[in-house]
Amino acid sequence: MNSASPTPSWLLWLRTAVILGALAVGICWGVAELLAPPVRLAGSASRLSKSAQADIQLAAAKVDAEFEKDWAQRQLQPVARADDLTIVRRLSLALTGSIPSLEEVRMLEALKEPDLPQWWLSHLLTDRRTSDYLAERLARVYVGIENGQFFIYRRRRLVEWLSDSIQQNRPYDQIARALIDSHGVWTTNPAVNFVSVTRENNKGPDEVKLAAKVSRAFLGVRIDCVQCHDGKLGSTWKQTDFHQLAAFFGQADFSLNGLHDDPKLSYKVRYLGQAEEAKVSPHVPWKPELLPAKGEPRTRLAAWVTAKENKAFARTIVNRMWALLFNRPLVSPVDEIPLDGPFPPGMEILADDFTTHRYDLQRLIRVIVSTRAFQMSSQSADPDHPVTTAAENAWAAFPVTRLRPEQMAGSVIQAASLSTIDSDTHVLFRIKRDIDVANFVKRYGDSGEDNFEDSGGTIPQRLLLMNGNMITNNTSGNPFINASTRISMLAPDTASAVEAAYLSIFTRRPTAAEAEHFKGLLASAKNTSTRSNAMSDLYWTLMNATEFSWNH
Amino acid sequence: MNTSPCQGPDHLTRRSLLRGTTAAGLSWLTPLADILAAEAATAPSGKPARSLILLWLGGAASQLDTFDPHPETKIGGGVKTIPTAIKGVSFASGLEQTASVMQDVSLIRSMVSKEGDHERAFYNIKTGYRPDPTLIHPSIGAIVCHELPDAKIEIPTHVSILPNQWPARGGFFGAKYDAFQMYDPKSPVPDVKARVNDKRLDQRMEGLSVVEQAFARGREPDLDQSKTLHQLSMQRARKMMSSEQLKAFNVSDAPVKDLSVYGDTPFGRSCYSAVRLIQAGVRCVEVTLNGWDTHANNFEGQATQVKILDAAYASLIRDLKKLGLLQSTIVVCGGEFGRTPKINNVGGRDHWPHAFSMLVAGGGFAGGRVIGSTDPTGEKKEPERPVLVEDLHATIQNLLGIDYSKEVMTPVGRPMALSKGEPVKELQAHA
Repeated sequence: MNSASPTPSWLLWLRTAVILGALAVGICWGVAELLAPPVRLAGSASRLSKSAQADIQLAAAKVDAEFEKDWAQRQLQPVARADDLTIVRRLSLALTGSIPSLEEVRMLEALKEPDLPQWWLSHLLTDRRTSDYLAERLARVYVGIENGQFFIYRRRRLVEWLSDSIQQNRPYDQIARALIDSHGVWTTNPAVNFVSVTRENNKGPDEVKLAAKVSRAFLGVRIDCVQCHDGKLGSTWKQTDFHQLAAFFGQADFSLNGLHDDPKLSYKVRYLGQAEEAKVSPHVPWKPELLPAKGEPRTRLAAWVTAKENKAFARTIVNRMWALLFNRPLVSPVDEIPLDGPFPPGMEILADDFTTHRYDLQRLIRVIVSTRAFQMSSQSADPDHPVTTAAENAWAAFPVTRLRPEQMAGSVIQAASLSTIDSDTHVLFRIKRDIDVANFVKRYGDSGEDNFEDSGGTIPQRLLLMNGNMITNNTSGNPFINASTRISMLAPDTASAVEAAYLSIFTRRPTAAEAEHFKGLLASAKNTSTRSNAMSDLYWTLMNATEFSWNH
Repeated sequence: MNTSPCQGPDHLTRRSLLRGTTAAGLSWLTPLADILAAEAATAPSGKPARSLILLWLGGAASQLDTFDPHPETKIGGGVKTIPTAIKGVSFASGLEQTASVMQDVSLIRSMVSKEGDHERAFYNIKTGYRPDPTLIHPSIGAIVCHELPDAKIEIPTHVSILPNQWPARGGFFGAKYDAFQMYDPKSPVPDVKARVNDKRLDQRMEGLSVVEQAFARGREPDLDQSKTLHQLSMQRARKMMSSEQLKAFNVSDAPVKDLSVYGDTPFGRSCYSAVRLIQAGVRCVEVTLNGWDTHANNFEGQATQVKILDAAYASLIRDLKKLGLLQSTIVVCGGEFGRTPKINNVGGRDHWPHAFSMLVAGGGFAGGRVIGSTDPTGEKKEPERPVLVEDLHATIQNLLGIDYSKEVMTPVGRPMALSKGEPVKELQAHA
């Protein structure tokens, strides 16, 4: 070690100069990132024409009118509209599964758009993150979360296919038909996975599971409750209704060419009280006149499910999209909507609008987002008259709901990075992100298939957020990946440091009391190290708040 | 309750109890555990049990190669048998230690279920109900915690050690009744250690109250209590982080000789930890030992797992008894179903829910009894004196002093009994 020859002094000077220069450039770049909007995103959104936007507003206004009538009847005073950034946060969480980045917030604020949420929605609808996230959420409904038997099932292929379909805004009835009546191999024709996932123990597809899935996912009917006996407790479904629906899948079978229908096969069942199994022929449980007389059974079923007059189909996806946007369905549970009503305000208008506009999913999202209900605050401006549960339940205030584990994980990672993590992010970082999310979700507790239960927080969840690796790594000193250190290093003063943290984590600015408290803490830091600690304490605190774990 | 003539509860004075405690290396007793032990020691016979240990043999143990052997028969698979502490009752060899504690344990050889799929059967055996698409039933541990709340406990009262894919859930009682999951107690429980010093943690919490105030404005005053449970669970988490009782999770400070009798395995360590947790006041602990799903090479596979089970199970029963906790603690051990009498062409046994075995002990279960029997030829599916899964649930709840027939309102608005079964009288010491 000591034997190295002395370095010439000019070389030392040069080296120092290069290091200082690099640091200066880095700091300038960092400060710019912290405070200024990047130009890259501005103007990239596909905007709607004025007339298209007006048409959507018209549909939303009809929904509003129904709600307003309902609120008046219930003597509920709806709360005021939320501010733009709150709505932007809701949109990002619902459509991409993560909060917006500081970079995005700065960009949006620099836009000077008259209707920021609408602009952001248009942007998100072109963003691959949206179609990927929505595809994953829908895939949970169609095939659950298990990976199934590799030889006949590829979940990943199905999710990609759904994501492409959403990105291209393929009419939803076409998506549903493809899932129900596809033929061929699960790798080249990904829709086939809807059927092939049900296969067990080298048998054909499971008709019972398929009937349950079709009725729940596409028709909002839990007819599978009558699998073993006729309906009880007010249900009028008969055991035959369920099995006759299952019989549409009775000819589906697997061969080397993949999924096909074999007319020689049939579905058999032993009904309650019968000694023998009997062959069941396919019938639909309602509106038989909509069922085509001819064709393969699955094709006939697909046509019946998606028939324009079969309104249960439209209502079901309206309810699910509403649930994805609000984290709570219009009718609960999300897959049980009474066939003959009564329907809540908005349901029939949205379903009709969806059907007459060729099952356009993007339009459906736009209409829901344009309603008063979606844009409403979750907090009453008058502290003497706080938001009540009754108001929340009637959509007279935006409901406070628990974020899903993957939304939590996505948000922790996004909040810890100042710039947006999207399809432009380096692939290695995205892989690391996916692994982090998977680990976090496992520990936090996966909520499985898409239910919208509002259960409260648990101790392991709190421990994970308070002391877990993900939070610690993302909030304490690490200048390369995490935002708290970078803000602490780069923000020109304590006020802008606190503001940057609030915008990164809560997508809002601090209240006066909050700014005061945290500015004081940062100001009392004597040196860089205690300042960095104070900043990571601030990050930890915000990420452990109710506001971060709950959609609002 | 204990029925062995010389080991009645009256024999255990507080002094002998404490001696036993020291002997078992559990001298770290917290004051609460002390009180509980004293309560247990002075409990009059017939007092309800207060806690529950569930040992799940995941994948389904073969009754024929463990607790219900039929030697010298076509279905026996060449099984060798050993005598047990119960006269006239034999086990498969390999279960010598378990055989020796059978005076404190009863055996059901006629458990009957209708679920032959692992996931559905686990649901069934843990909840006492078959899967229902409209709601999720609470596991037995969640029912116990819901019905017998205890404010003195600072750590989670429902714990799942080495959980498989289906840990015990709170079901319609809510996620706060989900089992707290932990893995091999050789390593400390994750995330219970604060990452910063107390001063900074206090500062963080102070900041949090400022932030929570901003969020609470304009919202219902009891939002946290009635809905989010956020600050509430955070308080409970903090309490847990600083609790002495937390030590019960960790076996790293246990004397090697005490731990080694359980076998040097994750399951053995988990059983040891289960005893400590029960001693610290935890209501329900489930421990899972997977690896019993022997569709091929059944005999080797079962023997491997039997070895792990035997040392751990017998030690657990012995230590609970030594600590005076067996009379207040129910111990249930078994799989989600049994395995076929028929041996398949790869030397395996397949799923068999028609008649399988379970061990029950402590907490008011009689010791030394056997009920039910299976057909030695394997021809007849139905066992003698069948015990339904829901009946086992009703028995457990009954012994814990819970009104098993009580109906609770589910979120879907359907009233549902805690258990739809009926207690099995022959299994109870004081029926």
